[in-house]
Amino acid sequence: MLTQPHLTDHERIVITGVGLTAPIGNSLPEFRGNLLEGRSGVVPFETRYMGPVLAGVCRFDELRYQKRKEVRRGTRAGSISVYCANEAVRDARLDWPAVAKDRVGVYIGITEHGNVETENEIFEISKYGYDTATWSHHHNPRTVANNPAGEVTLGMGITGPHYTLGAACAAGNLGFIHGLQMLRLGEVDLAIVGGVSESIHTFGIFASFKSQGALASHADPAKASRPFDLDRNGIVVAEGGCLCTVERLADARRRDAPIYAEIVGYGINSDATDFVLPHASRQAECMRLALRRAAIGPEQIDILSSHATATEQGDIEECQAIREVFGAAPRLAVNNTKSFIGHAMGAAGALELLGNIPAFQDGMAHATINLDRLDPACGLPQIVANTPRDMGQVNYILNNSFGMLGINSVVIVRRFTP
Amino acid sequence: MSPDEIRQALLDILARIVPDEDLSLVDDDVPFREQMELDSMDFLDIVMELRKQYRVQIPEDEYIHLNTMGGAVSYLVPRMKDIQSPA
Repeated sequence: MLTQPHLTDHERIVITGVGLTAPIGNSLPEFRGNLLEGRSGVVPFETRYMGPVLAGVCRFDELRYQKRKEVRRGTRAGSISVYCANEAVRDARLDWPAVAKDRVGVYIGITEHGNVETENEIFEISKYGYDTATWSHHHNPRTVANNPAGEVTLGMGITGPHYTLGAACAAGNLGFIHGLQMLRLGEVDLAIVGGVSESIHTFGIFASFKSQGALASHADPAKASRPFDLDRNGIVVAEGGCLCTVERLADARRRDAPIYAEIVGYGINSDATDFVLPHASRQAECMRLALRRAAIGPEQIDILSSHATATEQGDIEECQAIREVFGAAPRLAVNNTKSFIGHAMGAAGALELLGNIPAFQDGMAHATINLDRLDPACGLPQIVANTPRDMGQVNYILNNSFGMLGINSVVIVRRFTP
Repeated sequence: MSPDEIRQALLDILARIVPDEDLSLVDDDVPFREQMELDSMDFLDIVMELRKQYRVQIPEDEYIHLNTMGGAVSYLVPRMKDIQSPA
């Protein structure tokens, strides 16, 4: 296992550019500002067949990097990806025309893909007596699993590898982990990584969570997403995306790139216990695996960005896992991004990681909002409730992201010091 | 539908398929694909929209008649003459 202190600059991997769209911001500064201000992005949303639900909805300019025809031909996940990838490349101050496009890899985490387009087509042919001759020839290119990453390569002329990583709600972290691995293997010189989700445009995700008793409702949309709170009643589904450019430190140094953070630890494992129920012990093992790779102890983590989705068992299991690994670690700050924007599925891990990374500059741990009555079973002393915490210097951030079928992922990033 | 109405119907379809194009300049005698960004998948959208909006079924070996605006209108006139214009 490669562990941190023994790595060369060719094995050390850094984040050099960020592009994102979230229900509370279309750039990292805007997103971060709203996280520190405690602003929710959850709003009423109309979905087919179900009437009004609550959702985290993004409002970015699709036409900034795509023609109208490209938006029509592609998918919402594709448009989110194209926007985020272009923003990341611009933010990284890359001389894009001079970049060897065959040495760029695009690795995007997704929870699912294709449900939106399939539901749309079935609805469309229902208007024509279910005549399958009216089924669109665009259905296959829209629903292939690589679609979001492929649209990035089409739009940006990237000829290196592209694919998505299907990992339920752990997928955002997986984009970063896979990009790091491909860079260390020398497969690519620049990786565009992260996660995206268009899930709010399928009624099925809302209906399924509702049938499971896990869909949040609240008279005030801004208060609907309530991880760790006794009055939580489920998940708010959100859309979004966050893609970053990641590079080997040697390459980033050579071009004097801006460096947001160094990815120093990661873990992926499986519960092997249940389709939907999480498992604290495996989550704890995953966090310990990431700490081992980072070659640090739990007491060195400053901020833990929790996965908690505001389902009772999910929140309790994660808190149990955090308790197992971190005990009473006095300095640790545990926060939660879903309380602001809902659960952005494939994008969640990436958005939640990046929303915390500015803490390396501003020293603040953003809060977990809507935490009015802490569930005693989630009673971690380290939870940052409702108001950001001034941490002074932040050196390490650990980001949890877990998903159905029992997939766990953890990423640890470190403040970059030249 | 009259030839003019069919031409307008095709322009309306094209406006959705290639929304970035200026369709006021369409030359009826020049193939669509030589005067706008229209690939084979877009071309199939013309066939699909005629099928969905006007129930006009066009056999694959007759797609060639839709290459130009003039050819398309001539081809569609006998097939759409009994259809009322939606306008």
